[in-house]
Amino acid sequence: MDAFFEYAFLQRAVGAGVCIAVACAVLGVFLLLRKDAMIGHGLSHIAFAGIALGLLIRQWPMAVSLAVAVVAALGIMKLKESAGFHGDTAIAVCSSLGMAVGVILASISGRFDASLLSYLFGDILAIEPAEVVLSALMALAVLVITAVFYHRFMFMTFDREAAQAAGVPVRRLDALMSVATAITVVLGMKIVGILLVAAFLVIPAAAGLQTAVRFKSAVGIAAVVASASVVVGLAAAYLLDWPASGTIVVVSFLIFGILFLFRRRA
Amino acid sequence: MVLPDAEAAELIRVEGLHFSRGGRPVLTDVSLSIIEGDFLAILGPNGSGKTTLLKIILGLLKPDQGWVRLFGRPPEDFVERELVGYIPQKATHFDPLFPASVREVVAMALRSGRRRISRPDEDTAVRIALETVDMIEFWNRRIGRLSGGQQQRVFIARAIARNPRILFLDEPTTGVDAENQDRFYDLLGRLNTSGRLTIVLVTHDTGIVNKHVNKVACLNQRLFFHGTHDQFCSSGALKEMIAGGHHLVLHRH
Ligand SMILES: Nc1ncnc2c1ncn2[C@@H]1O[C@H](COP(=O)(O)OP(=O)(O)O)[C@@H](O)[C@H]1O
Ligand SMILES: [Mg+2]
Repeated sequence: MDAFFEYAFLQRAVGAGVCIAVACAVLGVFLLLRKDAMIGHGLSHIAFAGIALGLLIRQWPMAVSLAVAVVAALGIMKLKESAGFHGDTAIAVCSSLGMAVGVILASISGRFDASLLSYLFGDILAIEPAEVVLSALMALAVLVITAVFYHRFMFMTFDREAAQAAGVPVRRLDALMSVATAITVVLGMKIVGILLVAAFLVIPAAAGLQTAVRFKSAVGIAAVVASASVVVGLAAAYLLDWPASGTIVVVSFLIFGILFLFRRRA
Repeated sequence: MVLPDAEAAELIRVEGLHFSRGGRPVLTDVSLSIIEGDFLAILGPNGSGKTTLLKIILGLLKPDQGWVRLFGRPPEDFVERELVGYIPQKATHFDPLFPASVREVVAMALRSGRRRISRPDEDTAVRIALETVDMIEFWNRRIGRLSGGQQQRVFIARAIARNPRILFLDEPTTGVDAENQDRFYDLLGRLNTSGRLTIVLVTHDTGIVNKHVNKVACLNQRLFFHGTHDQFCSSGALKEMIAGGHHLVLHRH
């Protein structure tokens, strides 16, 4: 195992991966309770259009993707609020559009190549030192936001009207949570890729929710499951020479499965 | 109309409220005054606009016409939200699997205030509130595992932990069995008299017009009656509403 940590790229991958995974997991707990499980899926497909746009205009694809995802997240929130769409309809419509636009843009830019694939399936082992620092900082920002507004988010998730009457600015906090979700999706894309990032928002959170009696433990369990998935998943991927993204998600699912056996009764 | 008593403070004032939804009037020209120390029951059949009225008072909905003052301020400028507690009609309709302990449910409101609160102060406030509603032994229980009546008492604890001056409850006893309803109303009566908490309780159940209530308002799109409990019992307000073809659940105490 000593050899394992000799590889700088692996260390970087583990560091960035754990930060991002924990941010996804913590946010995921709130999203699942808000019946917003599909938001990660939708935003990841829209982020794909952002990546393709970045490749086309030759700007840093992650940054373009982040901007596109943030705008889309706020847009979806508005659509749900005003247009009276049923449940996940707004998300489903936007995500299909994102994928379609992404394919067209990628084709125009002539970049249907390995770099695009790396965004689809994640490429944690190719993560640059600067990206590690940036991802870790942004993940940290998301964690700070959730820590600062932890009780308000919990209150408005539990009883929106009581929270609003108690002075919780529910609309502004909706927007904040949308932005935080967009950030984590784009960050998560770097580790597990567009096609699997939604799993990161859902599986650890679901593991926490099925096990915990208290809210704090649900968040804690989700964070531990997410970190463990990254560490164990990367180790397994390295040893078995499997793709990191798929291995991480499968490991998180296995942990979820084990916790399912210890789930809360009644 | 009840003339405001010169001594006691007027906490809530509503004047000439009109509200419609989808072209249909829900509230027409509703005016109301709530005085410190009141235990006001707002009675009305289903669909009579009770929930809408509470939401307008609290600033969750905007009226088409008319105005509201909460502690002298319009709802949008009223930032001292710790002064009001609100238990919405659907308070017990939360996700039954929601992982939150009774303690966390009370603390979520305490920690959502304008001022930061230290952990020891939080512990004390949570404990006192849960003791007041007689739910302290359940502090570590998941909220979804309690009965409807127990959940309502926890929500009262959540509201009173912030030391409000007025508490709004919207149909709090639906799904609470008769025996526990009495216990629940006794708790509200205690909070009103010894805790000096003004209480506004909305219900379609006239059984509430019991010994604890001291003011009654009858709402059915318009306000039909607004006065003291004694005036209510001697007035024809109840008969008038029933004669209007509206179904109020009647049981005598
Ligand atoms: N969101 C809404 N959309 C359309 N109509 C509504 C809405 N909310 C309330 N109403 C209508 O307003 C009327 C009063 O509703 P409400 O205030 O909930 O009455 P109550 O609480 O007395 O049962 C009802 O006729 C209801 O149909
Ligand atoms: Mg109602």
